[in-house]
Amino acid sequence: MIFSFDLLINAIVSGILIGGFYAAVTSGVSLAFGILDIVNIAHPAFIILGSYVAYIVNATFGLDPILTAIVVTPLFYALGAGIYQVYYVSFEKRGQESLRGLAFFFGLLFITEVSLVLYFGVDYRYVSAPYIGPTWHFGDVDLPLRMLVPCVVSLLLIATLQLILTRTFIGRAIMAVAQDQLALRLMAIDPIRIKRIAFGISIATASLAGAFLIIIQPVEPSVGRQYIGRVFAICVLGGLGSMPGAVIAAMLVGIVESLTSTFYGPSWAPAVSFGFLLLTLAVRPAGLMGR
Amino acid sequence: MIVRTPVFLIICLAVGAVVFGLSLEVGNDYVFFAGYVILQYVVLSTAWNILGGYCGYVNFGTAAFFALGAYSTVAIYKLIGDNDLPHIMPMPVLMLVGGVVSGIVGFGMGYLTLRLRGAFFSIATLALAVVLQTLVVNWDYVGGSRGAYVIRPEEMPFIGSYVRYLFLMMLLLAIAAIAIARLIEHSKLGYGFATIRDDELAAEALGVPTLRLKLIATTISGALMGMAGAPFPYYIGYLQPDSTFALDYAVNSIAMPLIGGTTSWVGPLIGAVLLGTLQQVATVTISSAVNLLIVGCLLVGFVIIAPNGIIGLVHTFLQRRDEDFVGRRRVDADAPGAVP
Amino acid sequence: MNGAIADSLGGSDLLQIDNLGKRFGGFVALENISLSVAAGERLGLIGPNGSGKSTLVNCICGTLRNEQGTVHFDGRKLDGLEAHQRTRLGLARSFQLPRPFVSLSLFDNIRIPLLYTVSARGRLHTADEVEDRCMGLLREVGLEAKARRRPRDLTQVEMRKLELARAMAAEPKLLIADEAMAGLTHSEVEDILTLLVRLNEQGVTVILIEHIMRAVMSFSRRLVVLVSGKKIADGAPDVVVRDPEVERAYLGQ
Repeated sequence: MIFSFDLLINAIVSGILIGGFYAAVTSGVSLAFGILDIVNIAHPAFIILGSYVAYIVNATFGLDPILTAIVVTPLFYALGAGIYQVYYVSFEKRGQESLRGLAFFFGLLFITEVSLVLYFGVDYRYVSAPYIGPTWHFGDVDLPLRMLVPCVVSLLLIATLQLILTRTFIGRAIMAVAQDQLALRLMAIDPIRIKRIAFGISIATASLAGAFLIIIQPVEPSVGRQYIGRVFAICVLGGLGSMPGAVIAAMLVGIVESLTSTFYGPSWAPAVSFGFLLLTLAVRPAGLMGR
Repeated sequence: MIVRTPVFLIICLAVGAVVFGLSLEVGNDYVFFAGYVILQYVVLSTAWNILGGYCGYVNFGTAAFFALGAYSTVAIYKLIGDNDLPHIMPMPVLMLVGGVVSGIVGFGMGYLTLRLRGAFFSIATLALAVVLQTLVVNWDYVGGSRGAYVIRPEEMPFIGSYVRYLFLMMLLLAIAAIAIARLIEHSKLGYGFATIRDDELAAEALGVPTLRLKLIATTISGALMGMAGAPFPYYIGYLQPDSTFALDYAVNSIAMPLIGGTTSWVGPLIGAVLLGTLQQVATVTISSAVNLLIVGCLLVGFVIIAPNGIIGLVHTFLQRRDEDFVGRRRVDADAPGAVP
Repeated sequence: MNGAIADSLGGSDLLQIDNLGKRFGGFVALENISLSVAAGERLGLIGPNGSGKSTLVNCICGTLRNEQGTVHFDGRKLDGLEAHQRTRLGLARSFQLPRPFVSLSLFDNIRIPLLYTVSARGRLHTADEVEDRCMGLLREVGLEAKARRRPRDLTQVEMRKLELARAMAAEPKLLIADEAMAGLTHSEVEDILTLLVRLNEQGVTVILIEHIMRAVMSFSRRLVVLVSGKKIADGAPDVVVRDPEVERAYLGQ
C-alpha cells in the first residue's frame, strides 16, 4: 500500500465526483422509498435502461447522452406512472406490499436485465461525447470531465427536485401524501394520483441517471446489481426522503469507496456501501438526517 | 394434523425410493444431474418459504446462505487435503457443517436487522449477499476469485456413480426440509409465524414473542439453505464466486414458492418441481438467459394475477365447483321426477 | 386527588403511571401524565380526538416507547419490557381499529393469546380445555357460529367483538378497551357493556376509552379526561362532567 498525498487527494476528489452521481441515482429511490414507502429495488434496472437508451441514440444519431435523457424523460415518467398503477391495484390496495410488492419489483429487475442481455448481449457499451476524453488538471488534482460533467448536472437535478418538492403545489402534495392522506382527500386531491405522479418522477430521474452512468463508465446489463445496495444504503444513511441528506450520504459513500478502492484494491469496493448499510441499519436506522 | 409426522415421513421415503428407482431405470446419469438441481430447489424454496411465506419476511440473500454451505465444504476439503487426511468427509457431515455455519450467520444477521421493518430486513439481506461475496472473493484459502476445484470421487459402493449418491443425499434433504416445514406449519410455532405475517403489532400485543420467533425462522431457513449448498462443490467440480453468489438463486427461491403458493409446504414443492423442470428444459433447448426471463415473467405474472399461487388457484377452482354443484342440485331438485 | 381516590377504593395500585411524556419529533403527544389505577377499578378515559388517548395506551402496553416517566404494573417496572412481555404480565388491550389475523379462523385468532400468553404463565391446557375456552369466549361475544370462518367474513361490528374477545383470551388483570363500541347500535353497545361489567366482576380491572358518553357514564366509577396530551381532570364521573374546563375542552364541542 503506497501512500502518497497525491493519491489521497485524487481519491477524495474522485469520490466526491462520483458521489454527486450517486446522489442523482439515489434521488429517485429517495422519492419512492423515502416519501412514498415503495421499495422499488428495480430502480437500478431502469437506470441501466436509461443508459441503453442514451447509447442507442448516441450510436445512431450521435446525440449527446444527457440531451437524449432529457428528451426521453416523459417516456420514463409514463413508464413509472404505469408501473405504479399496476403496483397500486395489485398490491397496495390489498395490503400486500411487503411480500408480493417486493417480489413484483424483484421480478421487474430481472425481466429488465435479462431482456437487455437478450437484445444487446453482454458486451460493454459506451457513448461518445466531447467531454468524455479530456481531463482538467489543477496542480496535482485530476478532474476527468467525464466525471465532472455528470456530477455537476446531477447536483442540478437534485436541486431542481428539491425545488419542485418544496416550492410547487404538486411537490408539496407529494410530501403531504407521505404524512396525511386523509387531509389530502379532504382537500379533494386524490392521493393515488399524487403518488402516481411522484413515482413517475422517480423513474424519470432514472433516465437521467442512466445517461450519467454511461458517460462515467461503460455499461452492460448486470452493472445495475452493484447499485441496488448502494442506492438503498445511501438512502437510509441520508435519512429517508431527505434530498440534502441523500447528497451528503452519497458523497460520503463515494469518498469511502474511492479510498478503499485506491488503497485496498477495487475488489473490496462493493462491500463498502453494503457494509455501510448494514451498519446504519443496525445502529441508527433513521440515518444521518433522519425524520 | 391429519397424518402424523412419522407416517408422513414413511410416505415421503417411499415416494423417494420410487423416484430413485425410476431414475435408475432410465439408464442415463443425466437424470440424476438434472434431478439434483430440482431437488436442490425444493430445499431452497421450502427453506425460503419458512421465513418468507410463513412469516412474511422476504430474504433476497438465498445465494449467500447457499454459498456459505458450499464454501464450508471447500474449506474442509482444503483442510483435509493440506493435512493429508485419509478420506473425504461423508456428505451428511458436510451438510451438517454447512447448515451450522449458515444457521449461525442467519441468526446473526437476524439479530442485527429483524427489529426493523420487513423492507429494511429485505434490503439488508441483499447487502449481506454482496458483503459475503466480497469476503469470499478476497479469501485466497478457498480460491478467491480464481475459484476452487473439488475433485469428485468416481464411485460409491452399491449406488454407482458419485452423482447418484449426491442425488440421493439431496433427496433425503428435500424430504427432511418438507417434513420440517410441515411440522412447523401445524405447530404452535407455525401459528405464531402466521400472526407475524398477518399483523406483527397485534401479535406482540397478544403475547407473541415476535423477535424470538423471527430469529428461529431465519436460523432454520438459513441452515437449510446452507445444507443445500454443502454438496454443491462436489456436484459442480469447480466453484466460482460469481456463479455461486448469483442472484439466480434468489429469484428462483422467491419465484418458486410464490408460484406454487406460500401458505403451505406443498407450494414450494410444486413450484420447485414445475419451475425447476421447466428451467432444465429451457436451458437445454433455448438458452439460460431466456430461462431467467421466463422465471421473471412468471413471477411477476403470478404475483399480480394469482397471488396465492397454484394452491390458491386450485382452492378457488374447487370452491367454485362446489358452489356450482350446490346450485345445480337445487335447480335439479325442482325438476319433475328428481330425487331430493 | 389521585391518592385520595385510590385510598378510598381500597386495594393496591395495579397500574401506576408517573410523569409520562411522549414526543413525535417536535410534536408533544403526551405531557406529564400521572395516573394510578387500583385493582378492580372501572376507569373511563375520555378526550377529544388527537388528545393522546391511544398514544397513552401504546406507551403503557409497550407498542411505543415513552421518553419520559415510568409505568409500573403489578409492582413491576415496565420500562424496557417488550409488548409481549407486558401482555404476559397481565396487561391486555384491544385496538381502536380492529387488527385481526386475517389468514387464521376466528377460533385460531382467539387461540393465539391462549397459546402464547396464558401458557407462558405456566398453566398448560389440554386441547379440549383450549377448545372449550375459545368457544366459550366466542359464545360470550356471539360469534361461535362463525368460529371456523375467517375475519374477512365478518361485519365491522363483529370484528370489534372479535377484537375484544381476543384481548380477553389473554386472561388479563387489566384490560384496556380502546373505542370498542364505535359504530355500534344501542343494543350492541349494551352487549359490550354487559360483557365488560361481567369481566370486571370477575376481577379484571377495566379502562374504557370511549366517545359514547352514555356508555362511559354508566360504566365508569372514575373518569379521567385527556386534552392535548395533558390530563385535565380525574375523579368521580358526575363531578368531572360538571368541571367547567372539561366542558369547555371536550363536552362543549
